[in-house]
Amino acid sequence: MRQPKLNTSPPVSDEVRQTTCYMCACRCGINVHMKDGKVAYIEGNRDHPVNRGVLCAKGSAGIMQHNAPSRLRAPLKRVGPRGSGEFEEISWDEALDIATGWLEPLRADPEKLAFFTGRDQSQSFTSFWAQNFGTPNYAAHGGFCSVNMAAAGIYTMGGAFWEFGQPDWDRTKLFMLFGVAEDHDSNPIKIGLGKLKARGAKVIGVNPIRTGYNAIADEWVGMAPGTDGLFILSLVHTLLKSGRIDLDYLARFTNAPVLVNCDPKSPDYGLFLRDDAGKPVVMDRAAGKLAAFDQPGVRPDLNATHRHAGVTHVTVFHKLANRYLSNEYAPENVADRCGVEANRIRMIAAELARVAFDEAFELDQEWTDFRGERHATMTGRPVSFHAMRGISAHANGFQTCRALHVLQILLGTVEVPGGFRFKPPYPKPVEAHPTPHCVVTPNGPLNGPHLGFPRGPQDLALKDDGTPARIDKAFTWENPMSAHGLMHMVISNAHAGDPYKIDTLFMYMANMSWNSTMNTCGVMDMLTDRDENGDYVIPRIIYSDAYSSEMVAYADLILPDTTYLERHDCISMLDRPICEAEAAADAIRWPVVEPDRNVRGFQSVLVDLANRMKLPGFTQQNGDPMYKDYADYIVNHERRPGIGPLAGWRMDEDGLTEGRGAPNKDQLDNYIENGGFWVGHIPDEAQFYKPWNTAYQEWAVGLGLYDAPQPYIFQLYVEPMRRFQLAAEGHGDRQPPEHLRDRIREKLDPLPIWYETDQQGNDGFTVSALTQRPMAMYHSWGTQNAWLRQLHGRNPLYVPSALMREADLKDGDWAHVMSPHGKITVPVMEMAALNENTVWTWNAIGKRRGAWALEEDAPEATKGFLLNHLIHELLPPKGDGLRWANSDPITGQAAWFDLKVKIEKADPPDAAQPDLPPLRSPVGKGPGVLAWKVGK
Amino acid sequence: MTQLPEHTEKSLGLVIDLDTCVGCHACVVSCKGWNTENYGAPLSDQDPYGSDPVGTFLNRVHSYEVQPASGPAQLVHFPKSCLHCEDAPCVTVCPTGASYKRTEDGIVLVNESDCIGCGLCAWACPYGAREMDAVAGVMKKCTLCVDRIYNTNLPEEDREPACVRTCPAGARHFGDLSDPGSAVSQLVAERGGMDLMPEQGTKPVNKYLPPRPKDKIGEDIDVLAPLLEPVAEEQRGFFSWLDKALEKL
Repeated sequence: MRQPKLNTSPPVSDEVRQTTCYMCACRCGINVHMKDGKVAYIEGNRDHPVNRGVLCAKGSAGIMQHNAPSRLRAPLKRVGPRGSGEFEEISWDEALDIATGWLEPLRADPEKLAFFTGRDQSQSFTSFWAQNFGTPNYAAHGGFCSVNMAAAGIYTMGGAFWEFGQPDWDRTKLFMLFGVAEDHDSNPIKIGLGKLKARGAKVIGVNPIRTGYNAIADEWVGMAPGTDGLFILSLVHTLLKSGRIDLDYLARFTNAPVLVNCDPKSPDYGLFLRDDAGKPVVMDRAAGKLAAFDQPGVRPDLNATHRHAGVTHVTVFHKLANRYLSNEYAPENVADRCGVEANRIRMIAAELARVAFDEAFELDQEWTDFRGERHATMTGRPVSFHAMRGISAHANGFQTCRALHVLQILLGTVEVPGGFRFKPPYPKPVEAHPTPHCVVTPNGPLNGPHLGFPRGPQDLALKDDGTPARIDKAFTWENPMSAHGLMHMVISNAHAGDPYKIDTLFMYMANMSWNSTMNTCGVMDMLTDRDENGDYVIPRIIYSDAYSSEMVAYADLILPDTTYLERHDCISMLDRPICEAEAAADAIRWPVVEPDRNVRGFQSVLVDLANRMKLPGFTQQNGDPMYKDYADYIVNHERRPGIGPLAGWRMDEDGLTEGRGAPNKDQLDNYIENGGFWVGHIPDEAQFYKPWNTAYQEWAVGLGLYDAPQPYIFQLYVEPMRRFQLAAEGHGDRQPPEHLRDRIREKLDPLPIWYETDQQGNDGFTVSALTQRPMAMYHSWGTQNAWLRQLHGRNPLYVPSALMREADLKDGDWAHVMSPHGKITVPVMEMAALNENTVWTWNAIGKRRGAWALEEDAPEATKGFLLNHLIHELLPPKGDGLRWANSDPITGQAAWFDLKVKIEKADPPDAAQPDLPPLRSPVGKGPGVLAWKVGK
Repeated sequence: MTQLPEHTEKSLGLVIDLDTCVGCHACVVSCKGWNTENYGAPLSDQDPYGSDPVGTFLNRVHSYEVQPASGPAQLVHFPKSCLHCEDAPCVTVCPTGASYKRTEDGIVLVNESDCIGCGLCAWACPYGAREMDAVAGVMKKCTLCVDRIYNTNLPEEDREPACVRTCPAGARHFGDLSDPGSAVSQLVAERGGMDLMPEQGTKPVNKYLPPRPKDKIGEDIDVLAPLLEPVAEEQRGFFSWLDKALEKL
């Protein structure tokens, strides 16, 4: 046989343009191969710090997102009733005139605007816009995503997982993963797991569902949802009891030795003993005297007791040990509730201890700590942890996340070789973050950044009369430490006029009439509800999206955004950075192709609106605009002198520099030449012990992450929480309302606790119901993608074997799934590798008919479904007339994963229920066949 | 009927680590993207936005639940594409010679200009690794990215199959399985690499590394128990232990 002649070196593309992916929140570097000026192929950028060349299914399918038929084409004005999807296309001039006409008058009463952005990657910009508009009502989607994780991490140790830090993948020998984690930091975690597997390191997965990362875990703990905190505190109990904790680390680097007031009659009960400079005080074991925690030469005593001014003080460690040594946390006493055998808990504790202490190692690297002590080596403890939404999205999530951080601190594994490492600009203690700001001035800017970290009741966002200053009631007694706001409450509160009515709801990238909301049908009703005059209760809605999502139909004015390959963006260290543990990094997006539709990047539209309204912060003294578009802002905006959105290629007297420096007009070109990103490496001596390492602190100040060294100690005991408790106990001027006093006393415990979430109304609903996001999908976006929807076009309810038998179900049957709030009817499928009392499905696959340019009989609409219909944004009424949010009482995080249901067999319906009427598509439908080839 | 070569100079293929594959489908879509734009006809999709979207893929990931004799059920992610068999029945069944196995590297290819779309090869393949493209009417299959691995227009480090280059977990390895010294052959030796369905007699070149044993943490309980011996039975005892321990620091 003669083989055919084959050209094995065909041309690959005309040009490669390097930018940043936006197929999820991971922000990998991509090579976009161009042929004939069109996008031909997308692959990972090997030089990029986030993905090192690899790319997930979503990223590789970017070409199908970019050409999706669901892309909006032009600004739209609603012509039919809200929710009908009837629009007419209008010009940008008309659209911006309408928007300005609605927004500008609200500057006199800025709280009438609620501006909330969803999966926004430009929050430092959108918040700056909102602040200069003057409204207190701004947040992004963190409140319904993972604020518990972020806030618990910041309050405890100055950073959390994902964007804040990562395991030391090259050195860790035991990695413990809690909850669903496939949806954030997707490629870095997979790269990391690959490294662990390549050298045979162990992975323990704790998740009711054994899919994805849990499927390759060496040990799977299929625990009962919402009991992670109890399980973790039992590990803490076991480790403490056997003395398997890092006492030296605790004494040096945490507030374990800080002295706490133990006099219940004192107004400072439970607060730290402080010196005249306000610094927390420890007992110096060497000198036998009190000393500020950071005093050079001090040897803090973990076991001190001290009487001062007639008041006994004990150490944080003393309080901690007393609490967790209690048999309440013994494995035998938590096993049943957690669904994990006592012996297994003990074995896991033993394995954590064995690896942390018996496999400890030294890195031959000198360093100097903040007390001036020089260390010859760095001690490695090769145990690391990761968690995200799984443990966060419960009403006990904040304390559970705190418990996990306390566990890793007790083992001495944070910021050490082999353990968990921060990524710049973290670590960053609470003190380095702003407090919330909510003071409104008519026609002026807000008095500071909206979101922040309250130190106590004085920082709550309350008006003088004690009512909430914000529409979402963030930073109120209902959820005092709501650092990311409560996006899931905005529409509900605006509709109820509680705490007040608004005029215009302005949203970006937030599918609030579908998968991004609880109580989906209820929210649609709120968005379309009319008052006694026939006017909409929420008078005006402006929405920006790139695609024909379900939310489009519920807005009055649509500002169509570009795809991610057609726009400028900056992945900024002022925002949610992409740094690595070993380097600072930021990145851009730039238009690798120009839009072929009448659409504009939303951030440039915001600049345009700011210019039309002459907003402060966007307007020069002579009245001229400061920025012509977002690219101009990215290059020329300075948040502090010399500090702009991008740290790379700034200017000083000698030419190009990084970190601090004047704007450089060629900055974006410099980024493009370098592949779309900038990396600044951390010196070897500064790689670990970052919160306490003098070399790191100096490097961070030099780069402009902050302006003076700010070493700090980890907060096992969180004093701000104690301040809220003190208020609830009657101390201070700012007092909680009576109905919240007990809850604050109980839940804002400064040491982690576990509590069962509010079960009122759950009688008869005994099965936990969860969602996970598939690795090949991101929120709603995947279903418009011709390739990805072939991987995940349906989402059955996965039911454990025993429950299948109990309900007489077999694969392909349908079931009614009922919660205290609602009922859906959906297809089921049996799954054995699942907690015996948990059902689950993939989220964001179910679609409303008519949306996303899909045919109306698409399986996403006929067989796909949302669990959201079963989850209310409020808890069942308690008979007190109050609206209690279905949220964490500390942070306000949406408690998605507290859902309890019951299931029963159903006759197969024509389509999954509820089956809502189709939306009229503003973009038509997609083609019947695709054979996509750009080159010849 | 088409003949297989007596001997190939190399046996290029994939080694897929089932202990590491998280089932993310990155390889599936990267393959779809590269092979839509490159070798032969694009991989088309029928009804891509409708009720029954079906397209051509050269590589798919299946997931199987496994119930071991003891311990909880497990989930195995199983990526599957053409295994470039030594005794490839898809080649010998081809009536036109369109299917062939290359003598230089053992890659099994379809010469699309000679393919009449009869589908016999897909019937002959015991692995279901070939897919007929509904638009082009020709048989599509994994080419092992023959237009990448020798492509001098690509940087040398990129001359590997698209699925291998993109795999985030590093679960896919590419190399010459006929060379016992190659990295892939050594991996197969170390980890007990297996043939898929060896009873079919196809002698697949691709190998699978089996999942490592799972859920074993409780089994060596006696070894671990001393690790957790309490330092004291009573809480007061804990604090005197603490004092002594602090003295030692």
